[in-house]
Amino acid sequence: MSGHQINPNKWIDKYSDYLFNYTITRVSDRYVAQDLVQDTFFAGLKSMKNFKGEASERTWLISILKRKIIDHYRKTNSKKGQAEVKMNFNYDPDSEGDWLEQRVADPFDKTAEDTIENTELGMAIHNCMEKLSKKQAQVFKMKTILNYETEVICNELDITASNLWVIIHRARTALASCLEEKWL
Amino acid sequence: MFISCEEAHHNCDKSQYKEASFFERIKLTIHLIYCRACRKYSSKNAKLTEFIKMSRVECLDAAEKENLEAEFNKALSNK
Repeated sequence: MSGHQINPNKWIDKYSDYLFNYTITRVSDRYVAQDLVQDTFFAGLKSMKNFKGEASERTWLISILKRKIIDHYRKTNSKKGQAEVKMNFNYDPDSEGDWLEQRVADPFDKTAEDTIENTELGMAIHNCMEKLSKKQAQVFKMKTILNYETEVICNELDITASNLWVIIHRARTALASCLEEKWL
Repeated sequence: MFISCEEAHHNCDKSQYKEASFFERIKLTIHLIYCRACRKYSSKNAKLTEFIKMSRVECLDAAEKENLEAEFNKALSNK
C-alpha cells in the first residue's frame, strides 16, 4: 500500500471535530481546547515535510496534539501543586461528627474506568460519523450534539423540516449499525 | 390509530429529541406492540441516544469552525 497523502486544505473539514472532541475531554475548557487544536494545525503546517506517510494524517495530527496537551498540563500544573497540598490537611471542626457519612465511597460515582470508556465511546462515535455523507454528518451534529432547534437548522442549511427528519433518520440508522459493529 | 412502519420510525426519531407529541407517542407504542421490526429499531435508536448522552461527545459549532478556518487560511496563504 502506498503511503498516506498529506493535504492541509482538507484538514479542518476532515479532522477539526475529531481533534476538538479529543481535546475537550482532556482539558475541559472550550476555549483552551480550540486554541490547542488551532496550534496543532499550525504546527502540522510547519512540519509538513516531516510527514512520512506511514501513519494516516489524522494519527499524525493527533500525535502533535498530544504533545500540545502535555505542554499545556505542564504550564497549568506548576500552579496547581501548591493548592493540592493545602487541601490534604484540611481540618474542619464543624464536620468532625459526620466523618463516616462523608468518607464512605459513593457506589454511583464515576470511576476512572467509566470516564475512559466514555471518552473512547466519543471517539468511536466520531469514527462512525465519518462514514456519513457530509450533509448527514452536518445535520446530525447540529441537531444531536449541538442541540440546535429544527427551525434554526432548516434556516441555516436551507432545507425543510421533512428533509431534516429524513436525513436524521438515515444518519441514525447508519450510526446505530456502525456502533453496534464497532462497540460492544 | 394504526400507523405504518415508516411513520413509527419517524415518531421514534422525534421522541429521541423529545419532539414527539403525546399522540405520536401513543401511536408508536401501539405499533410496537405488534411490530417486532420496529421494536428492534426503537431499541437501537434509544441505545444510540444513550451512547451520545453517556459519551458527552463534542464538536465545533459553525462560528468556532469558521474562526478556525479563517485563522488557518491566513497561515496557509502566508506559507
